[in-house]
Amino acid sequence: MNNFWIILFHTYLDKLKSKSFIITTILTVVIVLALTNIQNIIDVFNKDGGKETVAVLDETGQLYQPFKQQIAAINKDIKLTTYNGSEKEAEQKVKKGDIDGLIQLRFNQEKLPEATYKAMSIADSSLYTDLQTGLQQLKMTLAASKLNLNQEQLQKLNEPVAFDKVALEKNAKTEEELNQARGLVYVLLFIIYFAVIMYANMIAMEVATEKSSRVMEILISSVSPIKQMFAKILGIGLLSLTQLAAFLLVGYYSFTRNMESLAAGFGGVFGFGNVPVATMIYAVVFFILGYFLYATLAAFLGSLVSRIEDVQQMITPMTLLVVAGFMIAMFGLGKPDAPFITITSYIPFFTPMIMFLRVGMLTIPTWEAVLGIAILVGTIVVLAIFGARVYRGGVLMYGKSNSFKDIKKALQLTKNE
Amino acid sequence: MVLKLEHVTKRFGKFTAVDDLSLVIPEKEIFGFLGANGAGKTTTFRMILGLLDPSAGKISWDDKALNYSTSHLVGYLPEERGLYPKLKVRDQIVYLARLRGMQKAEALRELKFWLEKFKVPEYENKKVEELSKGNQQKIQFIAAVIHKPKLLILDEPFSGLDPVNVEQLKDGVLALKEKGTTIVFSSHQMHHVEELCEHLCIMHRGSPVVHGSLREIKRAFGKKNLLIHADFPLESLKDFPGVVKAKPTMEGVLLQIEGENVAENILKGIVGKGFIRKFALEEPSLNDIFIEKVGDSYE
Repeated sequence: MNNFWIILFHTYLDKLKSKSFIITTILTVVIVLALTNIQNIIDVFNKDGGKETVAVLDETGQLYQPFKQQIAAINKDIKLTTYNGSEKEAEQKVKKGDIDGLIQLRFNQEKLPEATYKAMSIADSSLYTDLQTGLQQLKMTLAASKLNLNQEQLQKLNEPVAFDKVALEKNAKTEEELNQARGLVYVLLFIIYFAVIMYANMIAMEVATEKSSRVMEILISSVSPIKQMFAKILGIGLLSLTQLAAFLLVGYYSFTRNMESLAAGFGGVFGFGNVPVATMIYAVVFFILGYFLYATLAAFLGSLVSRIEDVQQMITPMTLLVVAGFMIAMFGLGKPDAPFITITSYIPFFTPMIMFLRVGMLTIPTWEAVLGIAILVGTIVVLAIFGARVYRGGVLMYGKSNSFKDIKKALQLTKNE
Repeated sequence: MVLKLEHVTKRFGKFTAVDDLSLVIPEKEIFGFLGANGAGKTTTFRMILGLLDPSAGKISWDDKALNYSTSHLVGYLPEERGLYPKLKVRDQIVYLARLRGMQKAEALRELKFWLEKFKVPEYENKKVEELSKGNQQKIQFIAAVIHKPKLLILDEPFSGLDPVNVEQLKDGVLALKEKGTTIVFSSHQMHHVEELCEHLCIMHRGSPVVHGSLREIKRAFGKKNLLIHADFPLESLKDFPGVVKAKPTMEGVLLQIEGENVAENILKGIVGKGFIRKFALEEPSLNDIFIEKVGDSYE
């Protein structure tokens, strides 16, 4: 077998079998499973049917029945019970946890309903809001009948106004589509961000370990440093794809199984219901390109240090670039068509995240995406050629070396004047 | 298959690490490469291995350039010792051997052979970081020779080893030589070089100051050592014509003299002065030559 493949598979298998890789993969898979099963998990904790019991102290004797009907229409999980004891006793029951809340219904001077709601805490706003909405509707009905409005007139009042939105730009996304895309892009951005930081770190560490343990001298006498560098980048790239594939498979399987409960819950918010194929393809393309860009950078930075402790210091500027790209992307999620976002999406170090954000959220002409990818690929090629030269000299340099002056020194080593 | 270096020069910016070095290293021989720290030994080795390109000159093996396509013919033990600390000896050696073009089964067979030879067969499944430094060095030596190279470069192979391990490693080196491997090795310890090498080269600040076969070098050096033990004072001999250096010892004096005739004159001069227990004319040691050639220019 060719040396290139020997190194590639050695790197891949060595890392694949490492404890840290197995642990992070399992942990992340557990998190993915937990997220996709969130509805089931919530249900488990709400064993009492998730019902909330509210005692109704109806001082009027007329409001309880209509109020109960209104609430049933709004939220089936709220259970109302009429309560005939004193207010004090009811409060005691709330404190003991027998019931979740206590609502007192009465008429005001105009014979319209009003209420006081008592609960241990009023932070649970959804229950309180539902109760209020129910009472509001009841009040509307009562007020309407007082004014002698019939059902038809009432309906007219309640009817929402017709309001159409028309985007003049072709294929422009609607607000809902944008919201959906935002969730998906957000998750994918996170994946790109973490993968780039994690695997670029891994490469820099790998190179620095070989250098600091001095096994590098033997390696470079058998295989050219450039071959080694790319075999390593591809080996770890294969590792990252393996991990990503594991996440996606588990995530997809678990997601489709829980599709119904999720679509109703927060899955809809994240726009997973109908994932656009183009977005996924772009995500994979930018994931791979982003990886190569930063992996090449990390490999040659790693080749400059001779002690593992210096690795972090050396790659900090690179990490900051990734973080900056991610920050801009986070800002761009809210305003993807800002000129600032458009410009930064062509800066190669930011392209993987920001151009992806733009193709994911806006409908931009294909040539823009292609131009961004072309600039990115060009940068990777330049960086690979330059990085390979630095790497070749860098691996031979020992001693105190943790400044960027060393790049020049490393280049000088490979020169043959 | 002769290793030839022709007018090889290597500059790093303004600094010249190796200056116009020409060497011919005969086949199936052990060649000693000496020099003080920073004399350019490691740089020369790196150029021979093709890790660095010479600024000028040419290096050839069997009239062909050495590069990565010939790496399976070359073995290298770097001065800086190191292996993957977390890998088992077996995985490590197999990986490095495969990179030199070996098959896995063959590499395992050779590994067993060498571990037996170094009397450490139980290390096969141990991690390198669990081994002592001397034993790590043995493993690294195995990594350098496992693929039966035609040319073996050993950069300070014996440094930091106890005498027993030095003997084992020396046996290993000699066994390889018997099988026809050309070996170039560098050392600070002159007695190792004297014991093993037929030809040698002493480097000083990038230039070869002495080069040739051990016997010729000693002969060309001319000077000899004269050891005298006697019952009467010998201090006055340091001013005797032809005496270069005089070093008093516990029982007498050690003189460095310009030639055999000086010894004859000295003997004539001291006979009759008292009892002479020892009068020995010795070949100069490599140590003397090294110190004279390299040490003097330090002053």
